[in-house]
Amino acid sequence: MAIAKKAFVWGLFAAGGTLTAFVFPVLIALFLLVALGKVPEGLQFENIHAFATSWVGKTGLFIVISLSLWHAAHRLRVVFHDFGVRMDNLVANAVYLVALIGTVMTAFYLYKI
Amino acid sequence: MSRQPYIRPVSKTTWYMRNGRYRKYMLREVTCLLVGVYCFLTIWVLAILASGSQEHWNAFLVSQQSPSVVAFHAIALIYFLVYQTFDWFKLAPKAMPVQLGEKKMPDRFIVIAHYAAWAVISLFVFWLAGVI
Repeated sequence: MAIAKKAFVWGLFAAGGTLTAFVFPVLIALFLLVALGKVPEGLQFENIHAFATSWVGKTGLFIVISLSLWHAAHRLRVVFHDFGVRMDNLVANAVYLVALIGTVMTAFYLYKI
Repeated sequence: MSRQPYIRPVSKTTWYMRNGRYRKYMLREVTCLLVGVYCFLTIWVLAILASGSQEHWNAFLVSQQSPSVVAFHAIALIYFLVYQTFDWFKLAPKAMPVQLGEKKMPDRFIVIAHYAAWAVISLFVFWLAGVI
C-alpha cells in the first residue's frame, strides 16, 4: 500500500477509535435504558426526531457513525488476518464495502428525516 | 544459511493462545465487532425516524424491552468499557505523546485528560437525552 494511502486509512482509524472510545459507552447505555423500559425524555419521538432533524444533530450523527464504521472496518480487516485468514484483498474489499454501505445509508436516512 | 533451518511451528489461527498479552490484544481488537453492531443499530434507529411515524418509533421502543436485549447491552457495555475505552485511554500517551520543549508531558496527565473529557462528553449526551 502506498504510504500516503496508508496514512489516510490510519488517520481515519485513529480518529474513529478515539471517537468510539469516548462516545460508544454512553450510546450503549442509552440502548440499555431503552431496553430496561426507562426511556429518557430526549428519546421520546418528538425530541429525538427534532434532534435528528437539526443540522447539529445530523452532522454529529453522520460524523460519529461514518468514522466509527471505518474504524471498525479497518480493525476487522486486521482481525481476520490475526485469525489466520490470508485473503487480505478480498477481506479488505468486503469490510470497506460494508462500511461504505453503512455510510451511504446514514447519509440517506439523515437526508430523509 | 544452514541446510536445515529451524522453523518454529506457529499456528496461524491460535497463536494468541500462547501468551496472556496476545490474548489481551485479541480481546481488544474484537471490540470492532461491537462498534459495527451499534453503528448498524443506530442506522436502524435513523431508518425508523426517517419514516416519520411515531407509532413505528413507539413500537421499536417496546420491541427492545426484553431481558435478552438488556443482557446483551449490559455485557456489551462492560466489555466495551474494559477493552476499548479504558485500553484506548491507556494507550493514548504512547500513540500521541505530547512534546513540551525538551521534555514530554507525563503519561498520567494525558490519561487523566482523556478520562475528564470522557466524563464531560458522557454527561453532555446524558443531559441532551434528558437522563440527567
